[in-house]
Amino acid sequence: MQSDPVDTDRLQEFETRIARGEKIEPGDWMPDEYRRQLIRMISQHAHSEVVGMLPEGAWITRAPNLRRKMVLMAKVQDEAGHGQYLYHAAETLGISREEMLAALLNGRAKYSSIFNYPTLTWADVAWIGWLVDGAAIKNQTMLAHCSYGPYSRAMVRICAEETFHYKQGKEMIVHYMSSGTPKQKAMVQDGLNRWWWPMLMMFGPHDTDSPNSPLLIRWGIKTKSNDTLRQEFINEEVPELLALGLTIPDPQLAFNEASGSWEIGPINWDEFWQVVRGNGPMNAERLAARQQAHDNGLWVREAVAAYAAKQQA
Amino acid sequence: MNESHQTALSTWLLAMADDQLILAHRNSEWIGHGPILEEDIALANIAQDELGHARLLYELYAALTGDDPDKLVFFRETAVYRSTQFVEYPKGDWAFTMLRQYLFDAAEMVLLTQLVDSTYQPLAQAAAKMRNEELYHYRHSSAWLKRLGLGTAESNQRTQTALDTLWPLAQQLFVPLPAAEFLTTDGVIPPATVWQEAWEQVVRPFLHNCDLAIPTAAAPPTADRAIHSPYLAPLLAEMQEVARFDPEATW
Repeated sequence: MQSDPVDTDRLQEFETRIARGEKIEPGDWMPDEYRRQLIRMISQHAHSEVVGMLPEGAWITRAPNLRRKMVLMAKVQDEAGHGQYLYHAAETLGISREEMLAALLNGRAKYSSIFNYPTLTWADVAWIGWLVDGAAIKNQTMLAHCSYGPYSRAMVRICAEETFHYKQGKEMIVHYMSSGTPKQKAMVQDGLNRWWWPMLMMFGPHDTDSPNSPLLIRWGIKTKSNDTLRQEFINEEVPELLALGLTIPDPQLAFNEASGSWEIGPINWDEFWQVVRGNGPMNAERLAARQQAHDNGLWVREAVAAYAAKQQA
Repeated sequence: MNESHQTALSTWLLAMADDQLILAHRNSEWIGHGPILEEDIALANIAQDELGHARLLYELYAALTGDDPDKLVFFRETAVYRSTQFVEYPKGDWAFTMLRQYLFDAAEMVLLTQLVDSTYQPLAQAAAKMRNEELYHYRHSSAWLKRLGLGTAESNQRTQTALDTLWPLAQQLFVPLPAAEFLTTDGVIPPATVWQEAWEQVVRPFLHNCDLAIPTAAAPPTADRAIHSPYLAPLLAEMQEVARFDPEATW
């Protein structure tokens, strides 16, 4: 394929702007691949927020006191708001929300695999706040510096709210571990046993198996690699988890004095790819729930459109 | 306030709080399942407001009785709840949820407008706080009723079906509670008939303008808030599941 000399010039200018730290805005020229990668990432991110409402949303009706119920409703409402922002950010790249939702429902678009695991106890709500939102914050703090203006600005706002989510999750775990009953402590440990490895997988495959990463880093979409972010998160959280008397379900976990890092045992990537390919414990249920909401809402959306048309007439 | 007045007031507060709590529960069931993402946000917001209203009212109740709001919600048996069947019914489809919300919002708005002048200061203050939020709820649910009533034949039919079920159920909201006459003569709460009339003046013309026909039969299923629909027990079993899993625990 011959490259268009005009595009080559534009590409050079585009890359120079990114190198200077400038933001790319919706009307600006951008390579098709940059647009494609951003649509993939932002829509996947939006879907993760929306599907991510389900595992925690299932506990709103069961929250154990009025304060926790209120906080959890506000939190899940935030996730819906994040989904809304992110769909709007993706729309600036020339795709509609309807197209994105269709891609989610037919399985072409992905969402974070973590939400294909079930929430079995109330403690899982707390772990999602601490570990899952914590891992998401690592990724999103990086994306707040990304080269695409609308995505970067959405991330700044979203990170501010996610920080509250992280704090409320951690506050629960700390409370249950420091002054909880034996049943509460057992529930918390059981949750950690189930969420630890899937949470580490949230950062994505090892750098050696992440084909998109070099280009995404060159174009300033990602500024850190999957393994770098994962290791930063492990180093931040492991000491806190151990200090609470929790057991991390990794017999090989050890502190390396020389590197100053906590080293983990091997991640089960077969499980990761199984879940990505749709064979996780909750993939079918999550998509079925989205499909059902979509189908049940069809007549409602039709009524909205019909009423709006009558008002125009 | 003498003892019989205090009992009448606590009975009334508990009933009002229970209605708010149960409706908040039903609305919260939509979070993650709404017809449009924006409505997941709206319903989450409304459910939080209603839960906040329930908490305010439980606190007023607790100030009279010495009870703890969390204990009242999470450890009370079905038989001693005082919610109406109107709020207990399952969320149904979007028409059922929005119509119930509209009828309830109108009732609450009208009531709060009267309660801001309550001679019981704590109640008047709580009402002033709640009324600001309630105006937004009414705006939201009335906008939906227009879309549903006047949208498509299907949306009108679904909303009419919901109205046929909900209209008699809604009448239970206005059944006077035991010993309420102590409260009305003292100007603590408005008489139920005044409340109901004000409500009908709002909802009747509005529903008519939404192309909805109000059923002629309008007897509530029961006048007694101790008699519940079959839907309350499973709702409470779910709501109280975690709290009762370890009653010694603080959460």
